[in-house]
Amino acid sequence: MKRLVYAIAPPVVAVVFALAATCVVIAISGGSVGAFLSTIFSVPNDRILVNIVNQSSLLAISGFAAAIGFRMGLFNIGVEGQYIVASCAAAFFGGSGLVPGPLNILATLVVAVLAGAAYASIAGILKVTRGVSEVISAIMLNYIALTMAGYLVQRYGVKAGYTYATKDLPLSSQPLGFAILPGANDVWALTIVAAAVAVGYWFLLSRTRFGFDLRTTGESPTAALASGIGVKKMVVISMALSGGVAGLVWMPAYFGSVHRFGVPENFQAGLGFAGLAVALLGRNRVPGIILGAVLFAYLAGQSNELQRDGIAKQVVDITQGVVVLAVVVAYEIVRRRQSRVEREQVSEELAATGAAAPSGEGAR
Amino acid sequence: MTIEVELTGIGKRFPGVIANHDVSLHIRPGTVHALIGENGAGKSTLMKILYGVQPADDGTISVDGSVRTFASPTDAIEVGIGMVFQHFMLADNLTVLENIVLGAEKLHGIGDRARARIREISARFGFGLDPDVLVERLGVADRQRVEILKVLYRGAKLIILDEPTAVLVPQEVDALFANLRELVADGCSVLFISHKLDEVLAIADDITVMRRGTTVGTADPRTATKHELAELMVGSELPSPETSERTVTDEVVLALDGVTVLDDLGRERLSDVTLAVHRGEVVGIAGVEGNGQTELVEVVMGMLRAAGGTITLDGNDITRLSTRGVRELGVGFVPEDRHRHGLVLDFPLWENRILGHQTKPPVVKGPLLNPAGARADARRIVEEFDVRTPGVTTSARALSGGNQQKFIVGREMSGDPILLVAAHPTRGVDVGAQAAIWDHVRAARREGLGVLLVSADLDELIGLSDRIEVVLRGRLTGTFDPSQVTAQDLGAAMTGGSAA
Repeated sequence: MKRLVYAIAPPVVAVVFALAATCVVIAISGGSVGAFLSTIFSVPNDRILVNIVNQSSLLAISGFAAAIGFRMGLFNIGVEGQYIVASCAAAFFGGSGLVPGPLNILATLVVAVLAGAAYASIAGILKVTRGVSEVISAIMLNYIALTMAGYLVQRYGVKAGYTYATKDLPLSSQPLGFAILPGANDVWALTIVAAAVAVGYWFLLSRTRFGFDLRTTGESPTAALASGIGVKKMVVISMALSGGVAGLVWMPAYFGSVHRFGVPENFQAGLGFAGLAVALLGRNRVPGIILGAVLFAYLAGQSNELQRDGIAKQVVDITQGVVVLAVVVAYEIVRRRQSRVEREQVSEELAATGAAAPSGEGAR
Repeated sequence: MTIEVELTGIGKRFPGVIANHDVSLHIRPGTVHALIGENGAGKSTLMKILYGVQPADDGTISVDGSVRTFASPTDAIEVGIGMVFQHFMLADNLTVLENIVLGAEKLHGIGDRARARIREISARFGFGLDPDVLVERLGVADRQRVEILKVLYRGAKLIILDEPTAVLVPQEVDALFANLRELVADGCSVLFISHKLDEVLAIADDITVMRRGTTVGTADPRTATKHELAELMVGSELPSPETSERTVTDEVVLALDGVTVLDDLGRERLSDVTLAVHRGEVVGIAGVEGNGQTELVEVVMGMLRAAGGTITLDGNDITRLSTRGVRELGVGFVPEDRHRHGLVLDFPLWENRILGHQTKPPVVKGPLLNPAGARADARRIVEEFDVRTPGVTTSARALSGGNQQKFIVGREMSGDPILLVAAHPTRGVDVGAQAAIWDHVRAARREGLGVLLVSADLDELIGLSDRIEVVLRGRLTGTFDPSQVTAQDLGAAMTGGSAA
C-alpha cells in the first residue's frame, strides 16, 4: 500500500507542478490560463483520441529503448539517430517489395531492428575500445544520421511532391488498422509492437540471466566485474539492444499511415529525445513508461486545440520539460526517504528479536 | 590546556529505533579514554552527538563543568573537541599545509605563520610532517597524522579517533600510540574507538563499553583482561580464531607458477609469484596494503590478466579464463570491498544471492532466473549464517556491515566450492559476526576447502592459517608457521624490516 503511494505520488506531484509552471508562463505572456486548463482537461474528440493512442505507441517504444540503456547505466541519447537510420533503411527495404505481401512487414521490422542495432553499436564499440563517452558519440551520430538519411533519400529515392522520399510500401504489405472508433481514423496495426516490446522488456530484465547481468552492471559495474560479468561485452550488447528497439520506434506510423520515408515531410523526428523523457518519467518501469508515453501523447494531442484559444501549442513543451525535471527530483526525495525508512525497519525488527536472543550463536 | 568532558544520560531516538539511551561517559583531562563495542552498539551515534553532527534528544554534555549544546561541528571545535574520521578527508593533490589550513584560514592565515604553527605542533608531538609535501606522497600512517594535526591546529583539546588502527601495521600502531602518549602528556584527552582489545588495553587509561545503545560498564585497563572486555561487549565469551586440528592434504587445489602482473604503466605489481594451496589448507597472505595482495586476488579471479606465469585450479589451466569461468569451476570469492564488489546495495538480498552465481542452480534455470530458488537459498543463508534481517526482500543496503559480510560469506560458500578466495573477510565486522565467519571457514576447511586468505588482521591470519606467506612489493618474501610466529615478526617481515 505504502509502496504504491511512493510509486504514484512523485509523478502526480510532478504533473501538477508542471501544469502550474506552464500556467505561470501563460499568465506572464498574457494568455488565458483558464482557456489553457479547460482545453487541456477537455475530453478529447475521437480523432484526437486515436492520435493519442497512436502517438503513445511510438513514444512507449522509444521509452523502452532509452530505458534499456538507463538500466545498464548508459545514457543512450542516440535513440534519435538510431531510429532515423532504421526508419530510412526499413523504408527503402519495405518499399522495394523484395519480400512479397504480409511477410514484407516482418522482414522490414527485422531490417529496422538490425539497422538500429548496428548504428547504436558504433557508440558502444567506441566506448569500450576507445573510452569515448556514449553521450558525445551518440550526439554526433544523431546529426550524421539525419544528414545521411536526407542524402540517401535524395540520391536513391523518388520524387514525392516537392521533395524526395523512398518508394511507397506496396499495398499488399500495408496492414489494416483497428477501426475502434467508427468515423475516426484507424488505430495503427503495429501499435501492438509497443505491447510486444513492453512484455519483452519486462521478461528480459526481470526474468532472465541476461537481464540480471544488465541490471547489475547498471547498478554497480564493480560488483558486476567481481561476479564474472564481462562488462565491456555487456556495454556493446545492451547498446545494440537499445538501438534495435529504437529501430522500431517509427514503424507503427510507417506501416499505419505514412508508407514512405523522407525528411522532413514524411517522417516524425524528435521521438528519440521524447523517449528519454518518457523513460525518466516512468522510472524505467513498464507501467511507468506506458503511462509516461500516454501522458506525453495526451499533452501533444490536446495542444492542437490550444491554438483556437490563441495559445501557442508549444507551451506543452514547457509542461513536458518541467514534468521530467520535477519527477527526477521527486523520485530522488522518495528514494532517500524509502531507504531511510527501510533501514529503520531493519533496526526496529532486530531490536525486537535481539532482546529475545541477546548475543547470537556466533561467539563461542 | 586541558579539557574535561562529561556526557550524562544521553539518549537519541530515530523513528522506531532507539540508537542511544542513558549513555554516560566521563573523559578525564589528560587521558586516553577507550570506547569499545560491537558494530551497531551505538558508538557512531554517540560520536556524532559529541561532535555536534546530530543533536541529542535527552541528556547533557558538559565541558569543564558547564553544560553545552552543539548545533554543528563548528560549535564542538570551538570548545576544543575535534574528530578524526575512519576514512580520511584529505585532498591528495594539495600539500599538508594546504590541507590543514583549508577551512581554517582565519586562524593563522595560509602562509608562513600557518607553516610555522604546523611545524611547531608537528615537532612537539613527534609527528615529523613536512608542511610542504604533497599528501599523495604520504603513506597511510602519515595521512592519519595530518588528520590529527588538522584538529590540533584548530585548537582541539579532546581528539576523537574512530578506529584509527584499522589501517595500520603493528609498527605504525606503536608509532601512533607514542604520538598519543605525547598528546596526553601535554594535557590533551583522546577518545579512542576500537574493536581491537589488545590495543585498547595497551593505550587506554579508562575503558567504557557500549552494547545495544547504552553504556554497559567501565573497566580499568590495568586489571581487565581481553576476556572480560569481550564478554561485556557481546555478553558472551571471546571468539578465538585458532584452528585446532590440521586438515591439510597434499592435493593441490590452486597453484600459481611464476605469475607476474603488470599495471597500466608496465610496472610489476606482482613479480614471479609461486604459491600452492592444498585441499583443506588455509594459506594466509600478510602484507601492508598496496604490496600486491589486491593484484594477487584479482589475477586468481580472472579480473586481471597475468603478464607471465600460469595459474592452475584443480588441474585446469585458468590463466586466461574469465572471472565467470573461474567461478564456474568452483571458486568462492569474498571481495575486499563488500560495497563495491560484493553486493549490489539496492538489490534485495535474494537478488544478491544470484550475484556471482548467475550460471549455477538453484538460483537460475538455464538462461532464466529462478526467483523461488534464489529466495529459498537466500533464506537458508540467513538461517545458517545468522544474518540479522527481517527477510530476503530487504535491500542489502539496509543491513549492517557485519550482516552484509555474513551474507556474502554464506553465498560464496554455497554450492560446495573447492577454493575460497577471501580478502579481509572480517574487516569492519563485529566480534560476534567475526567468530561466526571464522567458524564457517574452519568447518569448510575440514570438508576439504582450500582457502586463500588475504587479511590485514594479524590475529586472524595467525589464528586461521595453516601457512602464512608475506608479500612485500609484489614478491612473496617469506613463509611463516602460524603456530610459531608472533605479530611482531610478521610486522617486521611485512615492512621489510628484517630478513624473513
